[in-house]
Amino acid sequence: MTEQASLDDELTLAETWMKAGKEVAIATVVSTWGSAPRRSGSHLVIDEEGNFEGSVSGGCVEGAVVAEAIDVITSGEPKMLEFGVADETAFEVGLSCGGNIRVYVERVG
Amino acid sequence: MDPLVLKKLNQARNERKACVLVTNLGDGRDRLVLEGHMVEGELGEAITKALLTGKSTTVQISETEFFLNAHLPPPSIIVIGAVHITQAMVPIAKMAGYDLEVIDPRTAFATQERFEGTPVHAEWPEDVLAENPLDAYCALAAVTHDPKIDDFPIAEALRRSCFYVGALGSRKTHGKRVERLLADGIRQEQIDRIKAPIGLNIGAASPQEIAVAVMAEIIDAFRNRGLS
Repeated sequence: MTEQASLDDELTLAETWMKAGKEVAIATVVSTWGSAPRRSGSHLVIDEEGNFEGSVSGGCVEGAVVAEAIDVITSGEPKMLEFGVADETAFEVGLSCGGNIRVYVERVG
Repeated sequence: MDPLVLKKLNQARNERKACVLVTNLGDGRDRLVLEGHMVEGELGEAITKALLTGKSTTVQISETEFFLNAHLPPPSIIVIGAVHITQAMVPIAKMAGYDLEVIDPRTAFATQERFEGTPVHAEWPEDVLAENPLDAYCALAAVTHDPKIDDFPIAEALRRSCFYVGALGSRKTHGKRVERLLADGIRQEQIDRIKAPIGLNIGAASPQEIAVAVMAEIIDAFRNRGLS
């Protein structure tokens, strides 16, 4: 009865951006271990200029995901990114909460 | 992601249809599976589970890893009757993550003061439900005891395949209600879906305990609903 809660309105935005002629990538949390701020299925959408909406963490790794997404938009090849305390990237971008996440980044179209 | 799949996904979400976006993490191909369009085999079982639980997850099928992103419309509870039981249901529904709205044409009951922070419609169910139709992700609980108010929304909830339809009243009251619904053209097997007396049988006595019993019954109906 109530309208869909806008939990993942990033997907609507991705479609809007696409219709406006932008190149769009969607990043999706596909798995989490331990304490992770966003559950599996959460999205970040990115355009070719690096504008973004949504989140895949509590703001810890979005910068890195946006940079990778611009590569994905250029190449068209999807990428799997992993972030967590256990690997070296943690020191660069780091999940302060101590969790691990895998983020799948793909181009729309 | 295929732009057409994205379009279909957004359309399904807007229409409050449950679906799972299946992405092959090996080659990046994706497809959308709508509830009721079941898929065979191991992947199909995983999709069904994602639809039931609403949990998005990865699944390994032989050599290939898939991501299943479950999109379920948020379940919504419509309570007919702005009574004491309803007031007790509000905090439980909120805690369990269910939207709740109240409809009662009796303006003395349906006040915003009695239901702070909850949508309250001081109108006839006929009018409210014409404007905002029920669907399969709605639960309907009719608790006024008054056939003039309860009967229409109960029949409408059955016609619209709400995942839960419950009605307050003794077995005798319900017996009379069944006769009226049959006369109204509702089929017996639809009528059999009505939970009456309302609520899990936990011997609930107070309005607050009845609220717990009703909410538990709604959760049971939602988590164990048929998916055919």
